[in-house]
Amino acid sequence: MQHDSVIATAGEAREGTAARLVAAALILAAVAAPFFFYPVFVMKALCFALFACAFNLLIGYAGLVSFGHAAFFGSAGYITAYTVKVWGLSPIAGILAGTAVATVMGAVFGWLAIRRLGIYFAMVTLALAQMIYFFCVEAKFTGGEDGIQAVPRGTLFGLIDLNQPFAMYYFVLAIFLIGFAIIYRAIHSPFGQVLKAIRENEPRAVSLGYRTEHYKLVAFILSAGLAGMAGGTKSLVFQLASLTDVDFATSGDVLLMTLIGGLGTVLGPVVGAFISVTMENYLAQFGSWVTVIQGVIFVVCVLTFRRGVIGEIAYHLRRRRLISSASATRDPLPG
Amino acid sequence: MSGWLHIAFPPLPALFAQLLIGLINGAFYAMLSLGLAVIFGLLNIINFTHGAQYMLGAFCAYLALSYLGVDYWGALILAPIVIGLIGIAMERLFLRHIYRLDHLYGLLLTFGLALIIEGLFRQQWGSSGLPYSIPEILSGGQNLGFMFLPNYRGWVIVASMVICLVTWLVIERTKLGAYLRAATENPTLVRAFGVNVPRMITLTYGFGVGLAALAGVMAAPIYQVNPLMGSNIIITVFAVVVIGGMGSILGSIVSGFVLGLVEGLTKVFYPEASATVIFVIMAIVLLVKPAGLFGRAT
Repeated sequence: MQHDSVIATAGEAREGTAARLVAAALILAAVAAPFFFYPVFVMKALCFALFACAFNLLIGYAGLVSFGHAAFFGSAGYITAYTVKVWGLSPIAGILAGTAVATVMGAVFGWLAIRRLGIYFAMVTLALAQMIYFFCVEAKFTGGEDGIQAVPRGTLFGLIDLNQPFAMYYFVLAIFLIGFAIIYRAIHSPFGQVLKAIRENEPRAVSLGYRTEHYKLVAFILSAGLAGMAGGTKSLVFQLASLTDVDFATSGDVLLMTLIGGLGTVLGPVVGAFISVTMENYLAQFGSWVTVIQGVIFVVCVLTFRRGVIGEIAYHLRRRRLISSASATRDPLPG
Repeated sequence: MSGWLHIAFPPLPALFAQLLIGLINGAFYAMLSLGLAVIFGLLNIINFTHGAQYMLGAFCAYLALSYLGVDYWGALILAPIVIGLIGIAMERLFLRHIYRLDHLYGLLLTFGLALIIEGLFRQQWGSSGLPYSIPEILSGGQNLGFMFLPNYRGWVIVASMVICLVTWLVIERTKLGAYLRAATENPTLVRAFGVNVPRMITLTYGFGVGLAALAGVMAAPIYQVNPLMGSNIIITVFAVVVIGGMGSILGSIVSGFVLGLVEGLTKVFYPEASATVIFVIMAIVLLVKPAGLFGRAT
């Protein structure tokens, strides 16, 4: 018994070191990325990566499938674009305004949606998001089919001109890292543990005395707010807020990213977002084939690849460690 | 002042015209939500492909007319059979692998299938609508005194009501329906009695898909045949299903027709809200009666 736990701790320690190394390498890569790739492309991928991470908090950790996250992403984009362009807010204030609106929307939608479970939850979020879509089509301030164009990126703290691609890139990277850190903390906190318990077995979590609907609501609000932060940032990157971002297809996109990368893995949504954005970039010229290929990926992922890229890697690493530790227990003589 | 009066009391013909449009939309909501409810009852899957299958029905009618010379009446029989068989193939190939998994995967899989079908059709036929003419015998209309009723629209309303009623009678009043309801409650026990439940599941899916295709054929002369016609309507139908509650077949039929009418009325009194009214009603129903108007609490 003690033997096992020693191995487990050693394994966990090794895993922790490995995770820290991976994190350091990834941050280095992110810092160096604009020197090798087109900055707008990487910024787009980072915005979607944050969006997917926020989405994953809900689907991967709380087990709640939202089919309407584009509502938060797109609405925040409109709010940021409008406040920055018309009210002349600074970029940070604009993004905060978008995030705030998305958070409030998340509170209302979450409050309504958690009344139903499973499939119904997905349908309710989908319907509420469609309502927001039609609202954005009708409302005056969104500019209808044109959207809000030529949004100024402004200057950061009145000093740094964000029209410089590199300045904008590091600004976006900083926002992504802040959002990612919030999600990482949430997942690795007692709150995150309760969410996982709800995902695995909600009746048992209730019987242990947890007010599960409170936890689900908080997760929903957090997820919506961070999705809004991603959407607001994206509208500054592209200097545009449009109906595409509140469209139902965007909700499908973020679902696909999370599924490819791995539901309920920390890095999965980031990997999925980069894969999906790259794919869209190269396939854009093929028109509707993008939709067909996305559909095929959905089908393949559901039928054969449910763990996703990161989930699959983690599974094989864990299995190898289990096998090696099992053989270590079977053969106690030091080799 | 006169503007306000105009809003408060619209001219009667306009009111009836919108109510008619609402009733037509309601007929399609009812047929589609009925199919969703039947499929959900036995398969425990929300069939996201339902909108695409409705579109396939309309395209089947269009293609049968253009290439095979099959007219509307032939398409009414041909399309549900062809698309139903395609549905059965899809169930055998894909859906049956995921019954043991979380509900989430059924939604994702059928969503992926819908993307594939709609993407392929958009690639081939573009996003603009293709015309499909009203059958000769149903062209023209009746002057009812208070309004003009195009014959085809009258036919759609009557036919859809008959289809819904027959489906309801089969499920609630026949032996086959009794098996179906029993398998919905407890598939293992029904299997123990010697009923081939997996085959029943396959056929039920085929039936639900056929119903969507039938709705698609009926819709072809009213809305144009368009690769996106299904994805536009399916989200509204989901809201209808949440409002009605999926526990009851009758509930999904009634809420389909009623919500279509409500949508039509909104178009008369407050047109800006006509696209969102069903979603607002859904939010209110969730507050007051979370299980849906006809649903059982789970």
